[in-house]
Amino acid sequence: MTLATAMTRSGRKAPEGGRGDGRRRDGATWFLVLPALIPILILSVGPLLYGIMLAFTDAQSGRTRSTQWVGLLNFQDLLHDTLFWDSFRIGLLWAVGVTVPQFVLALGLALLLNANLRMRWLARALAIIPWAMPEVVVGIMWRLVYNPDAGILNETIRDLGLGDGRDWLTGLATALPAVIIVGIWAGMPQTTVALLAGLQNTPHELHEAAALDGAGAWRRFRTVTWPAIRPVALAISALNFIWNFNSFALVYVLTSGGPGGRTRLPMLFAYEEAFRYGQFGYAAAMGCVMVAVISVLLALYLVGRLRGGEDA
Amino acid sequence: MSLRTGRTARAGQYAALLCYLVFLAFPFLWLISTAFKPARELGSLHPTWIPEDPTLDNFRQAFDEQPLLRAAANSLTAALCAALIAVVIATPMAYVMARHRGRLSTAATGWVVVSQAFPFVLVIIPLFLVLKYLHLINSLWGLILVYVVWSLPFALWMLAGYVRAVPPELEEAAAVDGAGKARILVSVTAPLLAPGIVATALFAFITAWNEFFFALVLLKTPEKQTLPVVLTHFLGAEGVADLGPLAAAAFLATLPSLVLFAVIQKRITGGLTAGAVKH
Repeated sequence: MTLATAMTRSGRKAPEGGRGDGRRRDGATWFLVLPALIPILILSVGPLLYGIMLAFTDAQSGRTRSTQWVGLLNFQDLLHDTLFWDSFRIGLLWAVGVTVPQFVLALGLALLLNANLRMRWLARALAIIPWAMPEVVVGIMWRLVYNPDAGILNETIRDLGLGDGRDWLTGLATALPAVIIVGIWAGMPQTTVALLAGLQNTPHELHEAAALDGAGAWRRFRTVTWPAIRPVALAISALNFIWNFNSFALVYVLTSGGPGGRTRLPMLFAYEEAFRYGQFGYAAAMGCVMVAVISVLLALYLVGRLRGGEDA
Repeated sequence: MSLRTGRTARAGQYAALLCYLVFLAFPFLWLISTAFKPARELGSLHPTWIPEDPTLDNFRQAFDEQPLLRAAANSLTAALCAALIAVVIATPMAYVMARHRGRLSTAATGWVVVSQAFPFVLVIIPLFLVLKYLHLINSLWGLILVYVVWSLPFALWMLAGYVRAVPPELEEAAAVDGAGKARILVSVTAPLLAPGIVATALFAFITAWNEFFFALVLLKTPEKQTLPVVLTHFLGAEGVADLGPLAAAAFLATLPSLVLFAVIQKRITGGLTAGAVKH
């Protein structure tokens, strides 16, 4: 249906450039677009809509009885599911705890990489490593770092005479901070690259003029650099927040949600609900709630930021 | 900018850069160090950075414990097919997105952006059901289809950026000579896009090679599983892992991604921003 409307719409549209037959051009355009459009509709747009629909049913895996509409029942159950809301809270803590430091650290690194330093090439090459690595390997690698006996972290602590160290990933208090550090490490490259691109578009003359006027480094950053990279900064931090909230593999490998659910991100929770307990409908409802809450939070953040920009 | 940067400030910058280097590099160095340590050193309470007695035993043991070669072959098949199919179907669509202002292009760009925010939970359950209906569960082909669609947003974004960098005058000249749209795309635009297409394909390859979540859900039998899924088998049920072979296998699994990424790094970082620039 959407396909048909889109087709008539583009058919009505006047041909661009004015050469050739409009209808034929559209035919050719569709020929170019369809090979990608069909898979997108079947495996991306379709499943998304189907997923929203499932949230209103009692769909379960491997059941013989047919699936029934249950209206808002899943959402009512979810409202009283304290385990889910605990997990949701942890997810928000994780997403904010990763996104904010990640942004600050990446901004610092981007500024350094943009300055005329030696060894810049080495830093650039290293900064990319976490991006190229499989998330599973990142998780495994940090498990080796955090390992209580053979890990380098505890060994360093022992060397510095700061005690015996601890079992970071299984301690109730340390598990979440420990995985958050891994999250920050893993997402640094994308953020740094995006901010660096923004920095390289900053007008150089303005910088020099401000320096000649005697503006200090901080003032130059506030008045010249920050306004120039602001759009990039907004976009990348919003994207990071979404990516982090949806992340799965890292924490699955590091702690599988333990100890005692302290690192059970909503994605892990929904995964278990769907593929361990087979509660498809209920898990889909969780997905809907996650999307809804995240969309509202992001909208508030972006609107607030954009308005703040107008005032400044 | 350097006019006023004093000597102490410079020193501070180098110190900060050094801290970043250490933070970014040390986990990977530790992985390599662990991979080459004999079991005796791994059991010691005072692990060292440089293995005292480096060995390849861990690698041998890793291949004995888990079917790494078969898993690597599965990963290679999935990543290669996904990357090839993705660029073949994405290039024409990216071309339309870059060259034509229409509702279709707007909708496609919208999808590219929204898909970045796609909650995997919401997609994976219906995707599982759709693939089950098509008898593509526990099949590499099902996984390949998912990887193709999953790498399309990025591929479209990159490729549309590269298309915009090709001067439209060239195509107009070909059109005046009577060449059709498909013809223009194949013999005029595509050759100019070739480096960008290769970079995009390699990136799609890396993404598929590294992917874990879909592979975990969609592949059930060990014979079909890809490398990241098989790597998690080393971890065991209680999280008690044989560290040496684990590190060795993880190190090997990373090498292809690292090498390919080093090759395309410049183009990807350049292309990301090129795609972002809209005239």
